[in-house]
Amino acid sequence: MQATFYIASAVAVLATIMVITRYNMIHALLYLVISFLAVAIVFFILGAPFIAALEVIIYAGAIVVLIIFVIMMLNLKEEAVEQERIWFSGNTWIGPGVLSVILLGELVYILVTSATPEVSHQVIDAKDVGRSLYGPYIIGVELCGLLLMSGIVGAYHLGRQKKKVVHRFLEKTE
Amino acid sequence: METIAVEYGLVLAGTLFALGLISVLVRRNVIFMLISVEIMLNAAGLAFIVAGARWGQADGQVMFIFIVTMAAAEVSVGLALILQIYHQLKTLDSDAADKMKG
Repeated sequence: MQATFYIASAVAVLATIMVITRYNMIHALLYLVISFLAVAIVFFILGAPFIAALEVIIYAGAIVVLIIFVIMMLNLKEEAVEQERIWFSGNTWIGPGVLSVILLGELVYILVTSATPEVSHQVIDAKDVGRSLYGPYIIGVELCGLLLMSGIVGAYHLGRQKKKVVHRFLEKTE
Repeated sequence: METIAVEYGLVLAGTLFALGLISVLVRRNVIFMLISVEIMLNAAGLAFIVAGARWGQADGQVMFIFIVTMAAAEVSVGLALILQIYHQLKTLDSDAADKMKG
């Protein structure tokens, strides 16, 4: 059980490093799918099988497919990859990279030097999650419904193709 | 069965979050920035799951479901914004959209 956790963690970190260093967007998204699947295995080992299934369906399924469809709609050519290579080359990544790694080192130091409790064995399945979701967290579920509806309305409103109007009194092409 | 110490899960979540943070700071392509935000949200959810497994409660998983909902709404609105930016500016450069004109 411990070995699978470490292997899945290593795969997740390596796949994420590949995601953030690719020039081609589709390659980055395929590595992102691998990263999400590895994190799903970590969830399963930690005793959350329902969340592991949700990670595969929603993150690796729906969200990545949505981004892939938008990239296909944009119809990017080879110049986009070359442009990405030009943007990514140079020393722009040194400053943010070094500062983020310093913060990560501090976080790891704090976590390692503090007390080390262990993860409990018990598996929390979908029944417990559902009972908690529709019991004390029912207001959160209602707010999630509100958020999703505003997301749908916002995506429709922003994604609509507006017709060009030169002046509203000169020509009405609505 | 051996158990997994909590700090390894939290270190994994912190590492993934730091990688996403580096990418969102370095990249200039808006789609890559959106992907990096997804990585960071996933890492935050992983930290919630680890904490929930530590206490043996379902609250961490409930919070992860809320995070997934928020990520789905965010990515749909973000992709609609990216489509509009690309149609108006003909580029995915985030620096090109700094004029604040309608």
